[in-house]
Amino acid sequence: MNEWITHAPILIIAIPLFAAFLTPLVDRVSRRGRNALVFIAVILTLILTLALAKDVFDHGLRIYTLGGGSVDSTLVTLPSGYRLPVRIILEVDGMSAFMVVISVLISFVGLLYSFSHIKENGAGKYYTLFLLMLVGMLGMEVTGDLFNLFVFLEILSISSAALIAFYARGGKPVEASIKYIVISSLAALFVLFAIGLLYGEYDLLNMGAIAKKISLAGEIPFLAQIAFVLFLTSFALKAGAAPMHMWLPDAYGEAPGAISMVLVAATQASLYALLRVCFTIYGAAMDTAVIGGILIILGLISIFIGVTMALIQIDMKRLIGYAAVAEIGYILLAVGVGIFELAKGEISDYSMKALQGGIFHIFNDVMDIGLLFLVVGAVMYVTKESNLNKLGGLAHSMKYSSIFFIIGMAAVSGLPPLNGFASKILIYESVYKVSPLISIIAILASMLMLAIFVKIFHSVFMGPKLTEYERKDAPRLMLCSMAILAAIMIFFGLFPDFVVNNIVNPAVNALVKNLPYISAIGGA
Amino acid sequence: MIYQIPFIAVIGLIAVGMYAILFKKNLIKIAIGITIVESGVNLFLITLGYREGGVAPIYTHLPPGTNIPEGMVLPVPQALTLTSIVIGVAVLALILSLIIKMYRKYGTLNAYEMRRLRE
Amino acid sequence: MKSEGMSPIVQTIAGILFPMVLIFSFYVIMHGHLTPGGGFQGGAIGASAVAMLIVALGAKKINDMVGEEGISSFESIGGLVFVIIAILGLFMATTFLSNFLVGDTIFGKIPPFGSNSGILNSGGILPLLNIAVGMKVIGGLSAVVLVMALATKEEKK
Repeated sequence: MNEWITHAPILIIAIPLFAAFLTPLVDRVSRRGRNALVFIAVILTLILTLALAKDVFDHGLRIYTLGGGSVDSTLVTLPSGYRLPVRIILEVDGMSAFMVVISVLISFVGLLYSFSHIKENGAGKYYTLFLLMLVGMLGMEVTGDLFNLFVFLEILSISSAALIAFYARGGKPVEASIKYIVISSLAALFVLFAIGLLYGEYDLLNMGAIAKKISLAGEIPFLAQIAFVLFLTSFALKAGAAPMHMWLPDAYGEAPGAISMVLVAATQASLYALLRVCFTIYGAAMDTAVIGGILIILGLISIFIGVTMALIQIDMKRLIGYAAVAEIGYILLAVGVGIFELAKGEISDYSMKALQGGIFHIFNDVMDIGLLFLVVGAVMYVTKESNLNKLGGLAHSMKYSSIFFIIGMAAVSGLPPLNGFASKILIYESVYKVSPLISIIAILASMLMLAIFVKIFHSVFMGPKLTEYERKDAPRLMLCSMAILAAIMIFFGLFPDFVVNNIVNPAVNALVKNLPYISAIGGA
Repeated sequence: MIYQIPFIAVIGLIAVGMYAILFKKNLIKIAIGITIVESGVNLFLITLGYREGGVAPIYTHLPPGTNIPEGMVLPVPQALTLTSIVIGVAVLALILSLIIKMYRKYGTLNAYEMRRLRE
Repeated sequence: MKSEGMSPIVQTIAGILFPMVLIFSFYVIMHGHLTPGGGFQGGAIGASAVAMLIVALGAKKINDMVGEEGISSFESIGGLVFVIIAILGLFMATTFLSNFLVGDTIFGKIPPFGSNSGILNSGGILPLLNIAVGMKVIGGLSAVVLVMALATKEEKK
């Protein structure tokens, strides 16, 4: 019975893909059948993902070869006896398992939320695109091949652009979607250019094989340096780092209810691709001071621009979008400090703490910002209004939603005992060693974020009851999905040691030591 | 020198495409700019696989006397280019559908006149 | 584009040419493992045949004959066949997408190494995957052209 766990890396991609192709056919026959089919597909993927993550955290790397004689046969023997890694290989290590759990969990919560507020007209296409978005995210996170990364990146960006423009209310979501697809397609074309450069230099497309060649050479040749710059810029653009963040508030602000949350998980997938290229392919030979400095500067600019632009917004969702830019800035700041302190071949204590804080913050950021988007979506569903000047007094009728908003607000600003505090204190402590000024800026930004969300809370939920809006709370399925997120957030906040030792540490170890990744490919 | 001309053409195509995306106001011209950049990158991928004096990497009706595999051009970049062309078709279909929808809402194709999402 | 299509001469010639282009597209799809071509290329030729019919007969007539839902279902069936063949590789042989038909009955012959004259019976599961991709591409591109032709006609009212 432990046969199927070896096939788990491909099944978590194949099951949503199969369901995505089956949904338009089932949709013509019955609606409840389509809902059941999508629900069963995501539940099966969730179970397989949790089993795969537990297996990888206990036993180490898991590798899968598509079309090979057995699961481990990664090399192809030419007639002359020379062995090449040319098959498509999926490699799941600690970091991949971490990101896969995040993606499937957020998609499951988003699906529960979508069941209650998607109108029936055209819902079949909505669920097909939703499942394709899940396939794109999972494919980016488990692949071991550079060109496979590009293909799944494009699947993700095309399906999410189609979902942003799904309900064209007055033309604004369509404009946001055009901005998103033009910028994202340009970034993906530059990633393809960089992959071509690496192929021309090394004649290999496999990430582990290129990493082995770079680590044997010891220094990076000129073409690979140009490829690294293109990778860094394009993946940072897709992840929403300032000064390339222009598309992010538009796209998050105009997407329908649950899609904003799943888009946060999608941008984290691009951030994962950036970390994979930085640490695994170029890890042993890159110049740590320069790359670390660039990431620190990008992180600081993102935090500053995100928080200050969020102060002046009057549209609820755009404000949370700018707060999401600031959170990405925290992650980039922590990873930059981690690289800055990383000497060639050894890891200092502060570097490990910074990387732990950054990677833990990826999980916390998705859950916190996701919960805020869900509550704001529920408010928009009940009142059909998203302008802060016109709302007010909703805490009388939407009791549970206001409680969830308080939990999300406290978590984003880093107040104990929620999960935001656990990761942010790791970031503050480790950033202090590089320069105390950066740490002060980070703490000030957290306080400003608390101020921003108190502003929303006061103007939406507090105050006298307005008579324009009917008095009912959000539908029960929406409250259920918010409760799942809040429960996980409180659990992470109360037991951060358990989380850091069992879930975050394998991910950080897998990123920093890339030797198991390379030696699993094997061969010349 | 004659073998460097495709790479110069790649740089030229990418430059023309980026100029069209950055400086033109008509939405259709921006979509054409994306297609030109994609053509440039595809040309770059195909040119990587060239070997001087090589024939197509197909075994059917091979011209007699060719070396296998040193006399053939590399087949892997051709597969990469094919996938990239398919993805380009999908992106172009999506952008044109969105432009049709914007035209029906606003009646104009000028990107500066239809901006509603500022700051 | 007038919504009734073009003149009777154009409609007749399009009706004669349509099966020929479609057979050429099937030829390119089926011989994908021997000559240049395969799933996407043959599918694009088939979609251009359908686009020729849409221009000649008018989008409204094609929409009454085969709706946009029919073409979309044809596309979904193509995608399903691809994933089912790939998962069959998991159950009948070792891994996902493994070539389990080599040496067997359909498409199973192993050709000799080197220059040969192209044996259609070889290739394992590759011709089946080409057919699935061809179905998907014909369905997908025809649906896109049909929906765009219908959308631009509506605003002329």
